Amino acid sequence: MAASIAIHLEFGGGAELLFNGVKKHHVTLPSQSEPWDVKQLLVWIQRNLLKERPELFVQGDSVRPGILVLINDADWELMGELDYQLQDQDNVVFISTLHGG
Amino acid sequence: MCQVEEDYRGEMERAAVPSVSKKCVKCKEAPAALVIRAGDAYCRLCFKDFFTHKFKAVLGKNRIIFPGEKVLLAVSGGPSSCSMLRQVQEGLSQKANKKLRFVPGIAFIDEGAAIGQSVEERQRTVAELQAVFEATGFPFFILPLEQVLDLPASVVATNPAPSEQPAGAYKAAVDRFVETDGSSFPTPQEPKETLLPHVQQSHTLMLQQLLGSVKTLTAREELLNTLRQHLLVHTARTEGYRKLMLGDSCTRLAVKLLTSISLGRGAQLAQDTGFSDSRYGDVILVRPMRDYSAKEVAYYNHLFTVPCVVVPGVDTKTVEKASIQRLTESFVTKLQTDFPSTVSTIYRTSEKLQTACRKRSGGDGCERCLLCVCSLDTAVEEASAFQATLISDQLSGSKRGGAAETLRPKPGRPESPAPTAQCCSSAEGRGCGTPGSDAGCCSSAEGRGCGRPGGDGGCCSSAKLPETTRLQSLLCYSCALTVRDMSTVDHLPQYILSEAQRRQRRSQMREEISDFLLDDGDEGN
Repeated sequence: MAASIAIHLEFGGGAELLFNGVKKHHVTLPSQSEPWDVKQLLVWIQRNLLKERPELFVQGDSVRPGILVLINDADWELMGELDYQLQDQDNVVFISTLHGG
Repeated sequence: MCQVEEDYRGEMERAAVPSVSKKCVKCKEAPAALVIRAGDAYCRLCFKDFFTHKFKAVLGKNRIIFPGEKVLLAVSGGPSSCSMLRQVQEGLSQKANKKLRFVPGIAFIDEGAAIGQSVEERQRTVAELQAVFEATGFPFFILPLEQVLDLPASVVATNPAPSEQPAGAYKAAVDRFVETDGSSFPTPQEPKETLLPHVQQSHTLMLQQLLGSVKTLTAREELLNTLRQHLLVHTARTEGYRKLMLGDSCTRLAVKLLTSISLGRGAQLAQDTGFSDSRYGDVILVRPMRDYSAKEVAYYNHLFTVPCVVVPGVDTKTVEKASIQRLTESFVTKLQTDFPSTVSTIYRTSEKLQTACRKRSGGDGCERCLLCVCSLDTAVEEASAFQATLISDQLSGSKRGGAAETLRPKPGRPESPAPTAQCCSSAEGRGCGTPGSDAGCCSSAEGRGCGRPGGDGGCCSSAKLPETTRLQSLLCYSCALTVRDMSTVDHLPQYILSEAQRRQRRSQMREEISDFLLDDGDEGN
């Protein structure tokens, strides 16, 4: 049983346009049997935070190409990308490097 | 290599995935924070050095910006241009001998009208950016896009390039500068109190009308690009700046390269995506950010809190297939995730491109496109795409001629050229150049003049068709395609239309007196 964890989310580079313009979100992920990983976080974001146009943020299992993900200010490629297991008080930043968010 | 039980989750397809325990490839001590290119992991400090060094290196290597020169930075508020601004700021403030040595100014174009923003929204964005600019201490100019309607025709007129500097000039200039110890370096003046210039509602409407007359998003983006560039060049000229720095990143330029090819701008690729672009003659466009991928820029901005303001564009939140630009961007970014060297490969291709200037007999040097001011690429042989579009225009035009609106009494139907050359009864007496034996004349109410370079003997009885066809001969292939996507060219800013007329009159005059002109190729005194 994993306890519920608090995560700080940030959206930048235009991605915040999909979240009502709000850049910073402090969320608490509910507890569940397996530990939370980034893949599940994306599903959670899509279900609970994304206000419009999900295809501009998520593509299949992962983020849309062109969106940079930083976990605790480090590239997520170094952390295992979707398989990284989230810990309490982690800081996840999504920056869009595309034209229109 | 397949193993039935284990699940590699696709990681075997890429190169070995660097893990968090990996050390920075440069200093080999600090833990890696970012992966650049294909597998190079850098720590934070090494990345910062790498980033700042690249900016100075690209300027130093190309030796285009002379010490003490005035350079205008085009800042759109987006990540690349704000990063460029920060690099310039830092580069100028260092005490080291690698200090940058030019005098910057900032230009921002407020395009709120193009996306239908309200005045309050525009003012809010401008205020945010103004705060950022004021913090830098450089003089800045806030330009509403509506100003493009008031530009003079000299923007698109062919300007002679400044005389070629001899090779040693740069080194000599630097030595001179170092000797004087930079004491004659102009001190950055206090930025004047600039408020958002008041924009007339009518101008906003005119601009929206212009953009509304463009049928496809692709053409609209191209047109906006052109107008933006004209406005920037004009500002640079009037304020005395000889160089204009654009903030296009490597990723953006790779997308632009592929898009340009799709749009028929292959002949102008070298200028559109190269480091320096001298099409305007006296103002040189420079792209110092072209070595930075979008990922590097985004990471740097986040880590070192570079302020940037996200301004929506015309293609924000549009679907993937909305325009060619959007589709290409999506294609390149998708490919980049799986093959991280995509962007750099495309970019390296662009470095190898050069264009040849086709000299036109008549002594004018290279003929230039009216809109993009690049050399014309339309003197091609019979079986080309360009000729095909001309033919299809003619065929569709002859069908359209009957249903045209009437301005004045039509002298003749478009299909039957009248044998006698009638004269133009234009109200303002602008003159009517009817080339050669081409009969039929225009009696347009506004006295726009009637230049029909084509020999197909039609008449300007419809306001739509001949205007567009008239411009085609002055435009390069891709600009002609853009204009073809417009329902009418009447809304184009006045400077474009008047320059078009001027060129047509000149070419007609040249045809008329061509027999009397000495050819450049002739020998003799």
